[in-house]
Amino acid sequence: MGEVNAETKTSVASAASKEDLIEIIGMHKWYGDFHVLKDINLRVKRGERIVICGPSGSGKSTMIRCINRLEEHQKGQIIVDGIELTNDLKQIDAIRREVGMVFQHFNLFPHLTVLENCTLGPIWVRQTPKAEAEEAAMNYLSKVKIPEQAKKYPGQLSGGQQQRVAIARSLCMNPRIMLFDEPTSALDPEMIKEVLDTMVELAETGMTMLCVTHEMGFARTVADRVIFMDGGEIIEENEPEEFFNNPQHERTKLFLSQILGH
Amino acid sequence: MSEVAQTYPPGQHPDMPPPAGQRGLMLWLRTNLFSSWVNTLMTVVAVYLLYKIVPPILDWAVLDAVMNAANRNECREIAQGACWAFIKDRFSILVYGFYPSDERWRVNMAFILLCLALVPVLFDNVPFRKPGMIFSAAYPFIAGWLLLGGLGLTPVGTDEFGGMMLNTVVGVTGIAFSLPLGILLALGRQSHLPIVKSCSVCFIEFIRGVPLITLLFVASTMLNYFLPPGTTFDLLLRVLIMVTLFASGYIAEVVRGGLQAIPKGQYEAADSMGLKYWQSMRLIVLPQALKISIPGIVNTFIGLFKDTTLVLIIGLLDVLGIGKSSLADAQWNGLSNEIYVSIAIFFFIACFGMSRYSIYLENKLDKGYKR
Ligand SMILES: Nc1ncnc2c1ncn2[C@@H]1O[C@H](COP(=O)(O)OP(=O)(O)O)[C@@H](O)[C@H]1O
Ligand SMILES: [Mg+2]
Repeated sequence: MGEVNAETKTSVASAASKEDLIEIIGMHKWYGDFHVLKDINLRVKRGERIVICGPSGSGKSTMIRCINRLEEHQKGQIIVDGIELTNDLKQIDAIRREVGMVFQHFNLFPHLTVLENCTLGPIWVRQTPKAEAEEAAMNYLSKVKIPEQAKKYPGQLSGGQQQRVAIARSLCMNPRIMLFDEPTSALDPEMIKEVLDTMVELAETGMTMLCVTHEMGFARTVADRVIFMDGGEIIEENEPEEFFNNPQHERTKLFLSQILGH
Repeated sequence: MSEVAQTYPPGQHPDMPPPAGQRGLMLWLRTNLFSSWVNTLMTVVAVYLLYKIVPPILDWAVLDAVMNAANRNECREIAQGACWAFIKDRFSILVYGFYPSDERWRVNMAFILLCLALVPVLFDNVPFRKPGMIFSAAYPFIAGWLLLGGLGLTPVGTDEFGGMMLNTVVGVTGIAFSLPLGILLALGRQSHLPIVKSCSVCFIEFIRGVPLITLLFVASTMLNYFLPPGTTFDLLLRVLIMVTLFASGYIAEVVRGGLQAIPKGQYEAADSMGLKYWQSMRLIVLPQALKISIPGIVNTFIGLFKDTTLVLIIGLLDVLGIGKSSLADAQWNGLSNEIYVSIAIFFFIACFGMSRYSIYLENKLDKGYKR
């Protein structure tokens, strides 16, 4: 009976994964006694592009960091590509291989060259031969338009270039999902565009993307859905047009007036 | 004054040398020695002190020194300076201790091989570095065989070790083993596993709270109580273990300082790529943390090397012990300056070398990061 049960379970999971690449069901998280995330439910289909916005401290970063287990959730389920996130290290590693992440502060490895930053993951995690990994890395560096910087160290690049390297580094792992946590917030205004352009191009390749960002222009052009979070909850979820033109909740309206106002 | 400032069309201005007094020796003198009246005064005082100190030292150490004499009185008859003849007479025992004369080539050999084994470890731009590393890894065994004998070589007991050779053996072994152990302890102290963490913390705090001499005494006497009766456990080996443990406690704290300087984002980037714990430590965290820790690590090594003279207290005759006992020789008595200066020079060369290497390494590792 146990066997049958297990079988039905896996088949349910795989059936769901055809549709949904990420499934978050009734997820809660606490930092100590502080209830950061409350009953998060979210399904992301393959190829979907989702923008998450909300005031600072609303739990956006925490939510997307739960998806690759940089943070641990305490209740509910997170299923990524048919694999449920539990304390099983093998499953966590399997998920992390498929999920790329781009951080607000780039987090490039300063002691490695741009090229080495990009080949490290493929070589050590995917066991790709070095020459092959370098070729792929150069290919992605060309896509983000900085192949000529390959031999430099991150400290020698501008912020925008560093963020593009960070994107290329994640892509080198051939992820199925890309998570972006405020990728342009630490950049000077003139560099924001080059990073957003890179992200738009990535979106056009059909990558599944979850972006925490306040770049509403990006959300309008690229997003399939916009999610608004406040106080650790998903308050509102809608297509960009509806979301911006016809927000349903007071808090969403207030937030939109604040960020679009100035 | 008479010079009229010449003008050039835009884009045509040639490169010119700085005006007189703004270049070369004069500029250097002005900015470094005579930039203000305080500076000028200090320059004058310093020159005066040098004048007072350097010539007498030179007289004693070189000009009035005696290289060849049979005993102290002969020395004094020839000149009043340093009696280096004494050091010459004692040189081999200062270097080799009581190592049998016929076997001393083995010590020399071990030393030469040590230098060779260090090259690939210390410098990354040498040819044949990969095979060199294999040799370096094999070196402890080769050195052990050369120094202790067996397998075709006459066995030499560790009680016959002494002099600089003993300091070098203790120092090099301590350095070579305390670094990896210290790194493991530092990682252990940061571990999320409570048992690993508390063991590391207890060990480090215990080691740092106890003087090295106490540990050496424990090594020489108390250990016998804990070991089953009848076990013989070489005294030198115990000393090596204690010195290594002692240094590793300090290295651990130095490395922990480096680890704490690594931003959390580095761990997160490594984790989000799917690197395993040991991979992210080895590839991402430690290279950066150790680089920051170099000054502290080398500082610990220098301290450790000088502390090797403490083995004197438990009856091992290192270079200092042999030097001291030589002073009792009726033929040469009273020549403590010569002995201690020589020993000081030996330690200075070794420690200064380490210090310079650390600066070289810092500069080399700095290059890539800088804008
Ligand atoms: N490691 C942590 N420990 C305790 N509280 C945290 C921690 N990280 C974040 N928080 C808190 O959780 C809340 C949500 O944080 P975060 O997800 O970073 O918000 P956002 O990304 O939306 O600005 C904030 O109130 C923050 O102070
Ligand atoms: Mg955030």
